[in-house]
Amino acid sequence: MILAAATIAVLLALTFGVIRALRGPTVFDRVLAANAIGTGAIMLLALLGFLTGRPEFLDIGILYALLNIIGTLAVLKFFRHGDLSHPGGEEPEGS
Amino acid sequence: MLWFAEMISYVLIVLGSFFYVVGAIGIYRMPDVFTRMHAAGISDTAGAGLLLTGMMLFAVSTNVSIFVIVKLAIILGVILFTSPIATHALAQAALHAGLEPILANKKVMIGPGAHAEPVKTPRKAAPKKSAKKRAKPSSAKRASKPSPRKRRTRS
Repeated sequence: MILAAATIAVLLALTFGVIRALRGPTVFDRVLAANAIGTGAIMLLALLGFLTGRPEFLDIGILYALLNIIGTLAVLKFFRHGDLSHPGGEEPEGS
Repeated sequence: MLWFAEMISYVLIVLGSFFYVVGAIGIYRMPDVFTRMHAAGISDTAGAGLLLTGMMLFAVSTNVSIFVIVKLAIILGVILFTSPIATHALAQAALHAGLEPILANKKVMIGPGAHAEPVKTPRKAAPKKSAKKRAKPSSAKRASKPSPRKRRTRS
């Protein structure tokens, strides 16, 4: 019962995140919302695993947690340098 | 002993859901990217931490295998380590792209051009407009500010 209520709360939070991802004025709002949606997906997987009596969903949760940070950093690097294979480091002025 | 762990887990899960929804409402309603990051931090630390700790105690009380608790602890550790990294990278990229945070004191400058001369902005009604208008990504777009203002006065 409590787990179902927590699942509904996480679904509500995911709805807010999706609205922000659709309406975000800049790309950084969308990246932030995507990060929040990823964390919400992990929470939803864990709660659904306990709710249905199959805690094996937690493996998928670990995978999502590891993919979330990589995806966020990749998108941010792409929008900063315009190229995923950019070596990074200091940039020339005015770029 | 087990019923005690179950009661504590219920309290933690309810508190975690509350903080999670509060953080999500903040992501939806805050006026700026940087303030939205602050709200996302609430749901990433307090919300996720309390929810996962509550689920760990729930797993203790229902006698599932020990690996479930270990996996929940791994998820909690990964989230607690990667969320600040993502927020730091996001703030750095947003500052690099020219987004300026909404400040009460306009003379304080943050970002790559922090030691340049402070921008002189008219004091009157400046905070309201910058709060209404979301920060534009580049200075080239900022030059075209007056056109929506005209449209607004016509309508």
